[in-house]
Amino acid sequence: MDFHFNEEQLMFRDSVRALLERDCTAAVLRELWAGESGRSDGLWRGLAELGLTGLLLAEEHGGLGMAEVDLVLALEESGRACLPEPLVETVLAAAPLLETLAAGGGSAASVAGKWLPRVAAGEARLALEHPANPCVADAHVAELLLLLAGDGSLHAVERAHVELTRQPCNDAARRLFTVDWKPGDDSLLANAAGAMRLLDAAFDRAAFGCAAQQLGIGQKLIDLAVDYAGQREQFGRAIGSFQAVKHHLATAQVAVEFARPVVYRAACSLATGHADAGLHVSQAKAMADEAALLAARTSLQVHGGIGYTWEVDLHAWMKRAWALEMTWGGSAWHRGRLADAVLADVDNNPREGQLQLQGVN
Amino acid sequence: MDLDYTQQQRAFRVEAREWLEANVPAQALQSMDTEQGFAAHREWETKLNEGGWAMVSWPVEYGGRGVDLIEWLIFEEEYYRAGAPGRVNQNGIFLLGPTLMEFGSDEQKARFLPPMAAGIDVWAQGWSEPNAGSDMAAIRTTAFRDGDHYVVNGQKTWCSRAVWADWIFCIFRTDPDSERHRGLSFMLVPLDAEGVQVRAIEQLDGETGFAEVFFDNVRVPVDQLLGEEGGGWKVAMSTAGFERGLMLRSPARYQATARKLVALLRDNPEAAQRDPTLGDRVIRGWMQAEAYALQTYRTASRIIGGGSIGAESSLNKIFWSEMDLAMHETAMALLGPRAELLPTARAAGDVGDWLDGFQFALAGPIYAGTNEIQRNIAAERLLGLPRG
Ligand SMILES: Cc1cc2nc3c(=O)[nH]c(=O)nc-3n(C[C@H](O)[C@H](O)[C@H](O)COP(=O)(O)OP(=O)(O)OC[C@H]3O[C@@H](n4cnc5c(N)ncnc54)[C@H](O)[C@@H]3O)c2cc1C
Repeated sequence: MDFHFNEEQLMFRDSVRALLERDCTAAVLRELWAGESGRSDGLWRGLAELGLTGLLLAEEHGGLGMAEVDLVLALEESGRACLPEPLVETVLAAAPLLETLAAGGGSAASVAGKWLPRVAAGEARLALEHPANPCVADAHVAELLLLLAGDGSLHAVERAHVELTRQPCNDAARRLFTVDWKPGDDSLLANAAGAMRLLDAAFDRAAFGCAAQQLGIGQKLIDLAVDYAGQREQFGRAIGSFQAVKHHLATAQVAVEFARPVVYRAACSLATGHADAGLHVSQAKAMADEAALLAARTSLQVHGGIGYTWEVDLHAWMKRAWALEMTWGGSAWHRGRLADAVLADVDNNPREGQLQLQGVN
Repeated sequence: MDLDYTQQQRAFRVEAREWLEANVPAQALQSMDTEQGFAAHREWETKLNEGGWAMVSWPVEYGGRGVDLIEWLIFEEEYYRAGAPGRVNQNGIFLLGPTLMEFGSDEQKARFLPPMAAGIDVWAQGWSEPNAGSDMAAIRTTAFRDGDHYVVNGQKTWCSRAVWADWIFCIFRTDPDSERHRGLSFMLVPLDAEGVQVRAIEQLDGETGFAEVFFDNVRVPVDQLLGEEGGGWKVAMSTAGFERGLMLRSPARYQATARKLVALLRDNPEAAQRDPTLGDRVIRGWMQAEAYALQTYRTASRIIGGGSIGAESSLNKIFWSEMDLAMHETAMALLGPRAELLPTARAAGDVGDWLDGFQFALAGPIYAGTNEIQRNIAAERLLGLPRG
């Protein structure tokens, strides 16, 4: 039992942080909001050069063959930087799904063979439709879309063959779409039964990704408020010296700090294929979402009036926290999934909660 | 990161489980805040020590097994799983013990640790004074040096279980001209010393859990000074770190409460129907208990890796005390009108000891430094906000 990240994992985090601090500043974010695509091919390629986009993919697909636990700190950094790129959609949701399918051979293998090396190299992004989300995120920059037909089967369609309608939303960095397209035999990846299984696994990975990003977002929201509270003066002193302000921020920090190990456990459980990985993800998503929401509300309160303006960067993180809370299962949904399992478990076995740390038996 | 237990850790768990299964009293002991209950709990401490389970993370020479903190957490999990009695000597083994390991001379360790482990010396904590609670640096009780003794005069208050305890660890002002954190010294005083008078104070539940302790020219030999004269604040802060951090409140305790709460929800479906938010409150408590366990394992890993626990123990304190209270409030809501009944009431049915637990949980945000004080510490020392 050891909670440490190893040297490589920490170094990887540091290099992702350095890149984002340089290339994903608040000024860059604002520039991207104003642009049509809202995305930066350069930034995406930079992340790919670090190995981020192919991290979970096998070496035969140009990836690094690593696991969620190697990725979690980088995801946290991407939240801290409010990165607008489809890291969760491409790296966690769609690419591993395609890779799993490819193992079964057939047409999926050739689709994967063609696209996964491009994902790893930062030349392609992927999008995935999922019943949990009303829209497909970042479909406009995805060279390949994984879409659900009316019968529940899963298809791979290139962007040239779909029609996208943008659905405006609250976070200026998000790009959400509905997709019009026609399924065909040549686009079929998996029938309904097979698709469901794959989508469930993709859902868990994506929800985990959001949870990890929420840690970074929540911490950044607190850091922004701490910074501001140290500078802004009222009644002749820094507002951060007022106890009411301190207590708000300490409370938010408690929430973020205690979501952290839960997210790290989820990373570990996904990486090792733990039988309860999905439930560990649900707990991570629920707790990280709530921590980020609390940090958002607190940070706004501490900023006062200026926090309510477009001018101050705070809203970028605040809106991302709101958006991620609702995608890939809201925190209430995830609590519900966990509640069902916990109650059922106690029914069967009142003394041995199976959801607890492994090895209790 | 590897969240699996090792072979050795699993074997240790099995060993602990088997011993506990064979030795935990079948009948719950009477409250340790009663004379008889205290005696019964002391007996249990003795038995634990004979089995070598008094404080597993201590070195063997002091009655421990020399295992690491992860194994200590495993032991705690088994302890609560087995429904074993609360630790009457928690102030000693969890707070003073680790402080002695850090600041005590070899002689002091050899003298105080083994009888502590054996339940021969049960310890009380003497920090608070009538005018020095949250503002602990305002303490007034004095100790002046007279040859190879200190002479103590003054009063301590809210000392848990000092009515029946054998020893008390205190901070006194040894430099009369000093102010605040300076000039304080950490001392170990037998409660039966001449000039010590202990007066019981009944707590919320009517039991004598608290005591005031009066010192009237009490002579304390200098070899019962822990750390340096005038350096008591530093020693006390280390003890406080254990109290807020991972020692006093091991996660297993809250995981046990969470399991009981889930069972209570299952057994009271009509309450959950009446108030649909109750189910969600239960699962939130359950998640928090899990999160607290994971966070504690994380801290333990860090300490084993050579790290230390600092101001983040304040976050810990806030978290466990609020989690505990929230779970007990949820239980009270689930019990509904039966919640006011003592378990001894005929009409109580299976209300269990939730009421007791609820009343004690209410103290969580007060003792070990109030949560307001913890928030101040977290904001200033962790977040770097300016001092008020
Ligand atoms: C069950 C229990 C067991 C205890 N056991 C022991 C023991 O064994 N040994 C021992 O020495 N003590 C013990 N205590 C005492 C405990 O440590 C004190 O009660 C605690 O430190 C608070 O001090 P006080 O009671 O004087 O409250 P006060 O300091 O008077 O505080 C009253 C209120 O004012 C708030 N307040 C005070 N100062 C500030 C500030 N700067 N900023 C914001 N708010 C502030 C507090 O948070 C609190 O809400 C125990 C207490 C309880 C409830």
